[in-house]
Amino acid sequence: MAGSMFAPGVAVRVKNDWPETRGPVHIRTPHYLRGMQGKVIRQLGAYPNPEDLAFARPAATRPLYHVAFDQPAVWQEGRAGDELLVEIYEHWLEPV
Amino acid sequence: MEKDVPRAHHDLGGVSKFLCEPVDVESHALTDFDKEVDALRSILGQKRVMSVDELRRGIEAIPEADYHRLSYYRRWIRSITDNLLVKGVITEAELRAALDRA
Amino acid sequence: MNVLETDGERLLVAVRDLLAAKGLVTSAEIAERISVTDSANPGQGARMVAKAWTDPAYRARMLSDGTKAAEELGIPMRGAPPLGVLENSDEVHNLVVCTLCSCYPRAVLGYPPFWFKSAAYRARAVRDPRGTIAEWGTVLPEGMKIRVVDSTADYRWMVLPRRPAGTESWSEGQLAAIVREGDMIGVTVPVAGS
Repeated sequence: MAGSMFAPGVAVRVKNDWPETRGPVHIRTPHYLRGMQGKVIRQLGAYPNPEDLAFARPAATRPLYHVAFDQPAVWQEGRAGDELLVEIYEHWLEPV
Repeated sequence: MEKDVPRAHHDLGGVSKFLCEPVDVESHALTDFDKEVDALRSILGQKRVMSVDELRRGIEAIPEADYHRLSYYRRWIRSITDNLLVKGVITEAELRAALDRA
Repeated sequence: MNVLETDGERLLVAVRDLLAAKGLVTSAEIAERISVTDSANPGQGARMVAKAWTDPAYRARMLSDGTKAAEELGIPMRGAPPLGVLENSDEVHNLVVCTLCSCYPRAVLGYPPFWFKSAAYRARAVRDPRGTIAEWGTVLPEGMKIRVVDSTADYRWMVLPRRPAGTESWSEGQLAAIVREGDMIGVTVPVAGS
């Protein structure tokens, strides 16, 4: 898809960033994934950034990805082969 | 094992405190209050007065103890009211007067 | 006192009256919206599942574009978020959750159930999926993997469960009748005896 950084199959890391510590925010990247490595499954389109919509600010359109994570790696427990599949915005992802 | 990170209190995935809590699998019918709040939010969204993102922000701003104590749609009406005040759709004086009248 | 701490039922009455007085939202609009929302129900999703089970081309369309597949069956999707459909297989079982709030495929299934919105479900589903679905008595075959889908953004997700054995000669109507709300979120699986 035009304008997107990550192709299906690419390994990505969720940024280990905590905007919650810097003031009022609305973040849709769950805490349990910050700093975790996953694999892009596909792009799900591009949508206005909810972090800005939540404060009625002008919101830039950002690509959204479906990213798969290995369960035991996220929790240090659980069954091998189980996975988490989560919608993550491009600006929260970095290449591995 | 709890991740020792500065998570927001609504960000509940995997939070240890709830891992032993049973899931109430019973169906609980929505009350008239519930349906009205739901409808109100939907209409405000459709009329571009308040978005679902703003609703969520308002819910997340509810202090932690209240967040867990309030029922689902009581969180919603608190957030809707908060947003309407912040956006100047209604004023606090108007709201207090309306509450006194009822 | 912080006016936001007022009892919710009182807030609703006051806010509703103020919005009506300002001509922003009328009670007729609220009543109409309630009746529209009430008409969405899990039976709609069940019809999609039954058709997917009997029509491989529809199944492919449903997996590729859930919104269009719903509209094909007359389910109103205008203004609804995009619908994604996750297919259960012999290897993988899908479980949908929204850990951050309660994002649910409402246009297709109706209001989210109480349990979907609960702290216990939101916390446990991502971390202990097998323990969570065990609350419904659901036990997956040995060796089957679980994929937990956390609805964090613009999509809404429903599960296309596997067709149970023993239903080979059934009509779409008979099949739809055994597909329950929980089957389309992943906390249960359809059974021929239902």
